[in-house]
Amino acid sequence: MQGLLKRYMRNYGAVFGLIIIIVVSIMALAAPLLYENSPWMMVAAPLIPPFTEVAYPFGTDMLGRDITAGLVWGARVSLMIGLVSTIIALIFGIIVGAAAGFYGGSIDDALMRFTEFFQTIPQLALAVVIVAVLGPSIYSIMGAIMAVSWPPAARLVRSEFMTLKQREFVQAAIVIGQKPARIVWSQILPNAMSPIIVSASFMVATAILTESALSFLGLGDRNMMSWGFMIGASRTMIRQAWWMSVWPGVAILLTVLAINLIGEGLNDALNPQLRKRGE
Amino acid sequence: MDQPGILLSIRNLTVPLPSGGDRPYAVQDISFDIHAGEILCIVGESGSGKSMSANAIMGLLPDYLKPTNGQILFRDTDLLQQPESVLQKIRGKDISMIFQEPLSALNPLMTVGKQVSEVMQVHNEYPGEQRRRRVIDLFNFVGLPDPESLYDVHPFRLSGGQRQRVMIAIALALEPALLIADEPTTALDVTTQAQILALIARIQKEKGMGVMFVTHDFGVVAEIAHRVAVMEKGILVEQGTVDQVLNFPSHPYTKRLIAAVPRRRFDESAQASTAPPVLEIRDLKKTYMLSGGWLGKKRAIKAVDGVSFSVRSGETLGIVGESGSGKSTIGKCLLKLINIDGGQMLFKGKDIAPLTENEFRPMRNNLQMIFQDPFASLNPRHTIGKSISDGPVAGGKTRAAANIRTRELLELVGLDASSFDRYPNQFSGGQRQRVGIARALAMEPQILVADESVSALDVSVQAQVLELLQSLQEKLQIALIFITHDLRVAAQICNKVIVMHKGRIVEYGSPSQIFDAPQTPYTQSLVAAVPGKQWIPPGSGQQVSMPS
Repeated sequence: MQGLLKRYMRNYGAVFGLIIIIVVSIMALAAPLLYENSPWMMVAAPLIPPFTEVAYPFGTDMLGRDITAGLVWGARVSLMIGLVSTIIALIFGIIVGAAAGFYGGSIDDALMRFTEFFQTIPQLALAVVIVAVLGPSIYSIMGAIMAVSWPPAARLVRSEFMTLKQREFVQAAIVIGQKPARIVWSQILPNAMSPIIVSASFMVATAILTESALSFLGLGDRNMMSWGFMIGASRTMIRQAWWMSVWPGVAILLTVLAINLIGEGLNDALNPQLRKRGE
Repeated sequence: MDQPGILLSIRNLTVPLPSGGDRPYAVQDISFDIHAGEILCIVGESGSGKSMSANAIMGLLPDYLKPTNGQILFRDTDLLQQPESVLQKIRGKDISMIFQEPLSALNPLMTVGKQVSEVMQVHNEYPGEQRRRRVIDLFNFVGLPDPESLYDVHPFRLSGGQRQRVMIAIALALEPALLIADEPTTALDVTTQAQILALIARIQKEKGMGVMFVTHDFGVVAEIAHRVAVMEKGILVEQGTVDQVLNFPSHPYTKRLIAAVPRRRFDESAQASTAPPVLEIRDLKKTYMLSGGWLGKKRAIKAVDGVSFSVRSGETLGIVGESGSGKSTIGKCLLKLINIDGGQMLFKGKDIAPLTENEFRPMRNNLQMIFQDPFASLNPRHTIGKSISDGPVAGGKTRAAANIRTRELLELVGLDASSFDRYPNQFSGGQRQRVGIARALAMEPQILVADESVSALDVSVQAQVLELLQSLQEKLQIALIFITHDLRVAAQICNKVIVMHKGRIVEYGSPSQIFDAPQTPYTQSLVAAVPGKQWIPPGSGQQVSMPS
């Protein structure tokens, strides 16, 4: 564990990413303390440019809503949707991938055809359709993101299981009479964890982007301020008030970049021998 | 120093390892000469620095390893002082190299003819039409069949031995003065190895080259070397003529290595056990189907084709064969790791072949396996103690009882009880193999299958593990099925030997029958191919004890 931390800290980009994510997370958690009022409330004159008034450092939008408050509350939505939908997608993907990879044969065939069915539909189009049919709410958005992001996870887990199943220590576990469930749980899964963790971090980043895209298209949850919605709402004002779309855009950029950096750092830290080969 | 005939002279070469390694130097202060027209064998166990010295000559050391001291004099120029551009002119032309893995040393996307002519192209030799002619001559010279059509063939169509011949052709293309061979036969079967060794010896004689031959195998040394240098942990401990080093070793390490070379034991246990066989195999069949796609025909490969044998308690049965003979498939069939296509497997009279996995699981403790690769056969995320005690726990014992038994077993296989809480990466290959043995013994098996269990180990460690297996078997009266490609190892520990070829048993008998009077042509060729068979290591027959 210590070696892992040390190896992670050696990658400056990854440390930078971690710092940004910690800051964004603190912002998200502290949102109700920082801005008691709803970010939808009109608090000041409309279209105050950024860095002109101390109370509204990032300015206000065309209805006089505080953009800073929007950013802080938006962090909540982005991170929550990113995390929750990734965790659900991962659990589902691991179950499907593990079953396919471990049992092989016709079970593998059936599960993989099912997975391919989802993979053949463009991700964003599928997500839009799901949200449009179910009606925009935080649950339907998370469901849609989960539905489009589990297939790659399932494929990854399947390939990991297929190689690990051939390893001698798994064969040894069969020979000493361990039951299949126990072999999957204690022998194979722990050894497949590092690539799963790495891809999970990239999945979070993709989920945040997908949520932003949905909100931009007006399919966001009506009750929750999100970065994607802020950009979508300001697209008609882009010539008069650039800051309305730039700040949420920067927020998305930084968060997604940070998560990608973390993923890369984890990849290097969890697979030290791969890193050496590249150098 | 400058006597004629010295081709390459290494003087006090020192290459430090990056800090944090297990020793400060990869090679330390080594000096040796290679004369024109001789084969110098560099022998040592893994990590002895033998490949490192070969790579240093070719300038192939990785960036983090830089020689700090010494000279590599090739025809009186110090290669360490030359810029890359000069080295490029020397490589392939004056000094060339053959590698261990013929599989990965050739470019899979280029025809073998092109790969050979590439060397000439790089050095601007044999222009135009001559080049193709030269490649075909070379193919002829290294004994490849049908050189004309082989020119346009991709490497995947060739066998391992043929690929190694292509590699040798590349190395010889420009008639180098010095050939470096880094374990060129280690990945090959014994009969192929014999052919390649004979080829290298012939080429060396005809061309009068100097050859530096890196190997870990004393049999190969006895077969091919003129002079020998022995390396241990980066230090050159002994060098001399082949007769001196093999028959009158002076350094204790050399003595220890030579004592560990597997050999026939002389007390052939003739006391044939009269107990009824604990496992009887009748007409075992296993066929692998390769689907040919929608248009192609299905191909069936008979991996095991009607094999019958039996083992008794306390008996060691060797299954010997080359790669593809089906010997490992038999091992997997016995443990029901793969399904069989026909035949019976009678364990104490009960046929276990038709049992489903769930029916067989309660019986699994009777049949255990020691795996081939000590690095892959232990779960890297489990402690040694957990790896061993998992089996008894799966069999219904409490964790506490299993832990007590595990500690006893660790002691039995010669490991410290403190190993219990450590992880596999803290152990050497030999120690891990001991853990693998303890894991199998924890199940209190009646039959133990050892599939190439000592092949991945260095010779001195191999001797220790073999000794351990033998003593355990005598103590516990287990039936041991020992699968190996190495006839010498089989001769050392088996009571009975089966020789397999293409899925069938070609010969069955006691080691002395098989080795002294082989009946079938295949066994004869196999026995004849054992490297260094004329050499009888000094001190044969006497018990050699070694610190573990």
